[in-house]
Amino acid sequence: MENSILDLKIIATKIRIDIIKMLNLAGSGHPGGSLSCVEILVALFWEKIKRTPENALDPDRDRFILSKGHGVPALYAVLAHRGVIPYEEIFTLRKINSRLQGHPSRLDLPYVEASTGSLGQGLSIAQGIALAGKIDKKNYRVYCLLGDGEMQEGQVWEAIMSAPKFKLDNLCAIVDYNKGQIDGYVKDVMNIEPLVDKLRAFNWNVIEIDGHDFEQILSALDEAELIKGKPTFIVAHTIKGKGVSFMEDNHEWHGKAPNDEETKIALKELEEQLNELLSQKMEVK
Amino acid sequence: MPAKATRVSFGEALEELGEKIPDIVVLDADLSKSTMSIKFAKKFPERFFEMGIAEQNMIGTAAGLALAGKIPFACSFACFLIGRYETIRMSVAYTNANVKLVGTHAGIGIGEDGYSQMGLEDIALMRALPNVSVVQPCDDIETKQAVEYIATHEGPVFLRLTRQALEDVNPPDYKFNFGKGVVLKDGKDVTIFATGGVVFNSLLAAEELEKDGISARVVNIHTIKPIDEELVIKCAIETGRIVTVEDHNIVGGLGSAVMEVLSENYPVKVKRIGIKKFGESGSPKALYEKYGLDAKSIAKTVREFLK
Repeated sequence: MENSILDLKIIATKIRIDIIKMLNLAGSGHPGGSLSCVEILVALFWEKIKRTPENALDPDRDRFILSKGHGVPALYAVLAHRGVIPYEEIFTLRKINSRLQGHPSRLDLPYVEASTGSLGQGLSIAQGIALAGKIDKKNYRVYCLLGDGEMQEGQVWEAIMSAPKFKLDNLCAIVDYNKGQIDGYVKDVMNIEPLVDKLRAFNWNVIEIDGHDFEQILSALDEAELIKGKPTFIVAHTIKGKGVSFMEDNHEWHGKAPNDEETKIALKELEEQLNELLSQKMEVK
Repeated sequence: MPAKATRVSFGEALEELGEKIPDIVVLDADLSKSTMSIKFAKKFPERFFEMGIAEQNMIGTAAGLALAGKIPFACSFACFLIGRYETIRMSVAYTNANVKLVGTHAGIGIGEDGYSQMGLEDIALMRALPNVSVVQPCDDIETKQAVEYIATHEGPVFLRLTRQALEDVNPPDYKFNFGKGVVLKDGKDVTIFATGGVVFNSLLAAEELEKDGISARVVNIHTIKPIDEELVIKCAIETGRIVTVEDHNIVGGLGSAVMEVLSENYPVKVKRIGIKKFGESGSPKALYEKYGLDAKSIAKTVREFLK
């Protein structure tokens, strides 16, 4: 591991602070699903993909496809913290002439790998990249992050059916299972359970984890690398709006930006969390 | 040469190109025997992906292959490809993935299977997507050259092909020129712009009109997008009246493309010949007669239009 768990937690909290600031400035966007996937992205981009400005478009790079495109503020913040895009640029989110479209656009920003946001399409794209890796005998891995509501799309299940056929052990799908979608709880809108059983029945290697626990995320990603002959699906249980108390598990915050007052409260909470982590770090030293 | 379906020419061309261009990969959705991608599949099994009856996933997977440097040809019936329009819109067009979408069984010319299998709105939908080019060849030699061109063209392309056999239209020394129309027969009273399987019928119609003293120019538009604006305007200036012929809905296809160019640049009267509603089952010959796409009907429509 390059970073300690504490370091990763600090990075994740800084990213949450940026997400809140970005959405407040944009005046619209999706806090719930951006905040829920932060640990997954940080684990991937700091410990696995290790994205840098130099390798950001390298043909042999590990790929990350954000199929749940509305979570893109988290990805932009991650790319900025990795130095791939200028930090100040993240505050142009959703503004005219910005590369940072409301949902990922490869036309505007090639580092997002694919244009997504119309749900259900990312896993097929990730599969195609993984297939090319197999043909070319390359060692790169392909990660795809899906939303739980997104699992209601038919195309997702077409891809779930096909990836094991091609034995894509270089493909790792992760579902950010935050239990919420626009109209309410996933279980009420259109239940996707029993999800783990379904994925196993389609012949995936399935790992169920707490998607906010770095040790569990990293150990699942390690296991995915070791499994041969089949793709891995990580079912990551998360909390929608994680980190901001009034947003947590509240689907009202699926697609609404915080106003100035709400932003102040949210940032105060997150900064307290950050200070707590930083003081822990001081103690370690 | 005996008449040949452009899907057959495509299958042969792809099999040959597979040798020359190792990055070509092919995907099909359980129709490889019909789209003729089976020829490539047999020769290059490690570069062929049978995706089952799941076109959305096939198109998305093709996009991923393209993003990783491959040149994917994703094949199915034209109607089934456009049925997955949202995937084409996002994963191919808006991602600008270098995917070649091959839609066979275009038009009522497929015959007995009826409307559900007929690509009739595909040009309209594909044409509306930025980044996507639309090509429809009219005979064997043009198809083979178009396939070779498309393989090296950077960007998404929709290639529209016929189920039914087509007579040769172009000479053996023909050279496919992307984006350029081909004047097959000169004329001064009217220009007939045709595309795909009905180019030959339009030529026969022009010969028939000649007997009535009507001099009709016939132009093959194999690249519907980007359309050869210069030639379309030139023909309007030189012949005045314009007729368009296509085995596709008259909304959004070749006729619309020609009218868009002319309305903005050189407005003249245009008569569109094409399908106005749904198709139906029947022999291709009977359907072309009923829907006005055989040579005799085309000639009749032109004659009335010029009155």
